[in-house]
Amino acid sequence: MISPAIAQSIGRIRAIAAKEFRQLARDRLTFGMVVGIPLIQILIFGYSINFDVRNIDAGVVDLANTSGSRALIADLQATQVIRLKEHLQSPGQLEARIASGDLSVGIYVPPDYERRKLDGDRTAVQILVDGSEPTIESVVRGIASPRLSSRAGMAAPDNRLIEVRTLYNPEKRTAVQIVPTLIGVILNMTMVLFTAIAIVRERERGNLELLITTPVKSAELMAGKIVPYILVGLIQTTLIIAVGRWLFDVPFSSNLLDLYLAACLFIAATLMLGLLISTMAVTQFQAVQLGFFTMLPSILLSGFMFPFDGMPVAAQAIAQVLPLTHFVELVRGIALRGAPIGSMPAPLLKLAAFLVIALVLAALRFRKRLD
Amino acid sequence: MNDDPAIQARGLTRQFGALTAVDHVDLTIPRAQIYGFLGPNGSGKSTTIRMLCGLLVPTAGAVEVLGHDATRESEKLRQKIGYMTQRFSLWEDLTVLENLRFIADIFSIPAAERGRRIETALAEYHLADRTQQRAGTLSGGQKQRLALATATLHEPELLLLDEPTSAVDPQSRRDFWESLFRLVGQGTTILVSTHYMDEAERCHRLAILDNGRLVAEGTPKRLVEDIDAVVIEVESDDIPGARAALSQVVEVKSIAQLGTRLHALLNRATQDPDKLVRRVFEQAGVSAKVELTRASLEDVFVAATLLGRNSNGGSQTRESGKRQ
Repeated sequence: MISPAIAQSIGRIRAIAAKEFRQLARDRLTFGMVVGIPLIQILIFGYSINFDVRNIDAGVVDLANTSGSRALIADLQATQVIRLKEHLQSPGQLEARIASGDLSVGIYVPPDYERRKLDGDRTAVQILVDGSEPTIESVVRGIASPRLSSRAGMAAPDNRLIEVRTLYNPEKRTAVQIVPTLIGVILNMTMVLFTAIAIVRERERGNLELLITTPVKSAELMAGKIVPYILVGLIQTTLIIAVGRWLFDVPFSSNLLDLYLAACLFIAATLMLGLLISTMAVTQFQAVQLGFFTMLPSILLSGFMFPFDGMPVAAQAIAQVLPLTHFVELVRGIALRGAPIGSMPAPLLKLAAFLVIALVLAALRFRKRLD
Repeated sequence: MNDDPAIQARGLTRQFGALTAVDHVDLTIPRAQIYGFLGPNGSGKSTTIRMLCGLLVPTAGAVEVLGHDATRESEKLRQKIGYMTQRFSLWEDLTVLENLRFIADIFSIPAAERGRRIETALAEYHLADRTQQRAGTLSGGQKQRLALATATLHEPELLLLDEPTSAVDPQSRRDFWESLFRLVGQGTTILVSTHYMDEAERCHRLAILDNGRLVAEGTPKRLVEDIDAVVIEVESDDIPGARAALSQVVEVKSIAQLGTRLHALLNRATQDPDKLVRRVFEQAGVSAKVELTRASLEDVFVAATLLGRNSNGGSQTRESGKRQ
């Protein structure tokens, strides 16, 4: 039997959760955002964040015009990284077309290509890249270097080609990598904001002054405000998984349960972060500002966008404080490598620790007083 | 029934930075009565009420509410106190019924009891035909009735009402006070703050607050009898002239116009105040009917607040209608 005090406590949490849910359902714009934001974001992110660079517009000046040079150009095209748009007559024309932005890459094969290739001291082919696009530059360097360096050209050009192809295997699509981590990014955006305004809104509307003269406890208020949004978060997770599977062909089949478990923990952690913000902000505007303030570092430092290992130590330290970092690690393991959730205790524990610390801080900061 | 006072405050003080909102207030509020806080805006009424229900911590002093320390034992008081905030603080996007149910659940009113109490409250406060209406769309009077219904749903021993009638029409105010007397009849202690004289007159006891200080306390009748001034009523066709003449008199502390009449408060120690005023009008060439009159509660209020402030101010005169 549970004690009457606990039963009353549960009753109060349930009352607050039911009230929040009702208010959410009645606020049509916010309710629309529950479904709309993840849908729009996964479409935008899914299509625009694309690290497979393909079909870069390229022009070629082939002054050698030998079977060897034609074969080389055909090989480059076969990678699908570049798309041959134009054949031009001189390097000058090539540079002009790149400068005007019509082409991003120019391939110049000098008349003495065959001799240079045998010679080995000089580069055989020159590739001009529009350096204003960092991704393009690095990608083109990637396809160029193994094949066209003088020694590579000498040694085993065919093998090099195969090597490069595997690197840009068309089956290795970004969507597969991006969509699972997008669950984290989208949840991070919506969850923090939902709860960031949850307490401030009641303070602004005057409800809080009444609420704190009732027997409701701080922790009950916090819990009651989080429960409905965990449900909202799980709905969003399901939505992202469904769209990811249907639109971006991301296989989510294995250990879906682990994925939901990780999502649950992450949702609770981000909601708590939002509540903590809500106890600090005085107005809804401040709460939203603070919410956004946590978002950019989360997206940039969590490893979602840039490899975590390449970051400076300070950035890595900041990333450790962000729940998204640990969720990205978890979700990559679960969705991409098929690892069971239990095999990754470190990010699990860090997320749980974040949740507990944020809960304690929020409960300490939120006092049932007005001063 | 318990004969200890419902509220006892000693030296209650609250500062916000350099501002002293409540300044050494002593209160003894008996049970099962309506006790009024009368005072202008910013006089410390709300701050005092908030300290009584534990929302604010006093800077100094102690307050005991229903036998509990209001600051340290505020949680124990939650079930015993009903609080109606100055601003409508229920959820405007919930219906009348949902608001009542929510508050019932928050106060852990048992499910079996809940339906009966809500039904009684709906009937009592004439909201039975509004159960499905969102609280935000109610009129001022309806909102106020709903607020009182929710504040009394858990049958509190003490009801704290912070300017409950500031946004409602006179008829709603009458009905509201009928409800308050009914609650007092059931043994509830009610503390109500107001700046309406007619409401203050209805209270069993009254405390007049000004600038955070308690400047007068007692039953309305007693306060009128003990007013620290004499009241002269002047009727004249030349009100501006009469006013100008009066404002030259050292003993006159306050002048207020009521239609074609003037109410002047003079120092209580003034000898033959009516003769003094008549003489002044004669000298100024103003024809007026002058007589001593019984003080109203408003005169008490003006005497307690204005005269208190100007006690060292010589001939300086302030007019009650122009105070902010």
